[in-house]
Amino acid sequence: MKALKTFPNGGVHPPENKLTAACRIETLPPPESVIIPVAQHPGAPAIPTVKRGDKVLTGQLIAKAAGYFSANIHSSFSGTVSKIDSALDISGYKQTSIFITISGDEWIPETDRSNDLITEIKNTPEEIIQKIQDAGIVGLGGAAFPTHIKLKVPADKKCSLLIINGAECEPYLTSDHRLMLEKGSEIIIGTRIMMKALGVNRAIIAIENNKPDAISLLEELVKGDDDITVQPLKVKYPQGGEKQLIKAITGREVPSGGLPVDVGVVVQNAGTAFAVYEAVQKNKPLIERVVTVSGKSLKRPGNYMARIGTPVSSLIDAGGGLPEDAVKVIGGGPMMGKAISNLQVPVVKGMSGIVVFANGESGRIPYGQCIRCSKCIRVCPMNLEPYLLMTLAEKNLFERMEDEMVTDCMECGSCSYTCPAYRPLLDYIRLGKTTVLKMIREKNMK
Amino acid sequence: MGHTILLSVTILGSIGLASSVILYYISQKFKVYEDPRIDIIQHILPGANCGGCGFTGCRNFAEALIKAESLEGYNCPVGGENVMAEVAKILGKETFTTESRVAVVRCQGSYENCLRTSEYDGVKECIIVHKLYGGETDCQYGCLKYGDCVKSCLFDAMYMDEKTGLPVILDDKCTGCGACVKACPRNIIELRKKAKKDRKIFVSCVNTDKGALALKICKVACTGCNKCYKICEYDAITINNFLAYIDSFKCTLCRKCVTECPTGAIVEMNFPPRKTKSEAIQVPVKEE
Repeated sequence: MKALKTFPNGGVHPPENKLTAACRIETLPPPESVIIPVAQHPGAPAIPTVKRGDKVLTGQLIAKAAGYFSANIHSSFSGTVSKIDSALDISGYKQTSIFITISGDEWIPETDRSNDLITEIKNTPEEIIQKIQDAGIVGLGGAAFPTHIKLKVPADKKCSLLIINGAECEPYLTSDHRLMLEKGSEIIIGTRIMMKALGVNRAIIAIENNKPDAISLLEELVKGDDDITVQPLKVKYPQGGEKQLIKAITGREVPSGGLPVDVGVVVQNAGTAFAVYEAVQKNKPLIERVVTVSGKSLKRPGNYMARIGTPVSSLIDAGGGLPEDAVKVIGGGPMMGKAISNLQVPVVKGMSGIVVFANGESGRIPYGQCIRCSKCIRVCPMNLEPYLLMTLAEKNLFERMEDEMVTDCMECGSCSYTCPAYRPLLDYIRLGKTTVLKMIREKNMK
Repeated sequence: MGHTILLSVTILGSIGLASSVILYYISQKFKVYEDPRIDIIQHILPGANCGGCGFTGCRNFAEALIKAESLEGYNCPVGGENVMAEVAKILGKETFTTESRVAVVRCQGSYENCLRTSEYDGVKECIIVHKLYGGETDCQYGCLKYGDCVKSCLFDAMYMDEKTGLPVILDDKCTGCGACVKACPRNIIELRKKAKKDRKIFVSCVNTDKGALALKICKVACTGCNKCYKICEYDAITINNFLAYIDSFKCTLCRKCVTECPTGAIVEMNFPPRKTKSEAIQVPVKEE
């Protein structure tokens, strides 16, 4: 086995709790209706192209991307559009959503639904990017950044390496792990497709060392090829962060405020590689994803292939129902995920897991004064000073926060996790970050 | 012995004299002329440094007043008319009366009216909760009840009512400086024209959801039903996005809309009790 790599500065080791690592991906039974938000990506919300009463097929375009950072949205089942209204989503706020009453699972005719593996890549790079854009693919790791934008390398920059992110450093989550085990060949072809689109001849699949079965399987699959290699990594959170992964593998540092392509690298999630394979080879838009449903008190934790728009409650039902002692349900992983305030919120493209916490497993402890132990500085993967940033945010000194590079914070939560005084560092840093970003936007407007 | 004392006195005295000459010369050479009226006006201003006038502190406001050609648009909300009249007298400028304002809380989402559907366990600051999610109730527009506004008030004019969880403004102490308006992340607090005896009528809701949806969440939400708009004789009421708004400058405080409102979203304050009992829904009158 190759030498293990990792990023040099910071990081924490939360208990892994990968309870569902051995659970095969199961398909979820269809719910009665789905709620599909039109904003499942960071850019402008997509514009609905259907209206009330329209019949839609599975995979049909129901909302068109609005602007550069936006992505298409497709229907995840066949049925009737019952209404277009605002509905609560994972953000905790109401967003415009398309409600579809399901009548069946009739697909659009273009999609190839057979299980045959298509290895030959016929499309040109331009066609590939267009297909990915049409399929509405976004980064499935969590940030949901539209994939086609990442694949368009700016003319003045050169990309030489594609990294497939299979680190999955969040505790509990196993969706990428299972996908790599069960759809390994598809992920490899998806990787080749993206390499062709980017025009690079080298790709590295990065996997943390706590997934030895996935590492050996993918190494077996790429044996004899010198364009794709598998790189095992030491287990450390937040290794799945784009900048940390690049630092771990290439030793290059993405400049502050820059993009990975500035150092010649593009990072894509393993789940995204699978979605790219399906979109390009099988004409299948992004309408489903693997969601880990986990939690120590859950009866049947598992990995489920869930259609976009499925309510979180039906995933929890599949996992054996909400345990009586449950106090918190988190969308995403426990480190970076977000507590869900209503179980009717739909599964969106960026939701990689649902974690149910029982009483005593979760909850805040009253916090004390900073004892200047500097633990938060040691664990910060971006080399920031979380204790200072929190104090500045408490005192509303946002200009100072800008000088202290608060915009580099990726909100991994390592500082809050490690603080012995239980100080809510990330809450205040996030407040400062959004305020500073707003200040910068206003400055640029002038 | 006497010789040493004499020597040191002479040396120190001459150093002192030389320094004073240098200092005097420098102070004359680099003198910055400052209008003496700045000090006088600053003395008249209340010295709260609240920022209600739009300037960072009373001294900056004093400087701006002296530079200004006319006093129109300049107002010290804390000092009010008297202070501004005095300032105008010193500057020899015309006085402009600015309507004094008072802050109102446009939300009645108390624990009773708007039920809690989730429990929040993080940092108890409105601005942080607002950025995270819609809040403990299903109303994503209403008061979060963590009191950022009370913390921002420099005049002790606000407190959090423990029964309802909502902030209460003390009309006699509120100066209309607008600090709470800026502190509220949900724009619930509004500055309205101060009427006689602090009487006021306003729509105490900022929910722009459709009527049925808003009412499902909160018993006293404005549904945008248009009833108040139709009954108002003075064009003071406008309805936008299923939410009514009463213009405090056009409102004559006739109280017709208050009895007309089917949900009790329109609130009257500091009015004497009505003579005849109307059959309309009883409107909760907040008492301070």
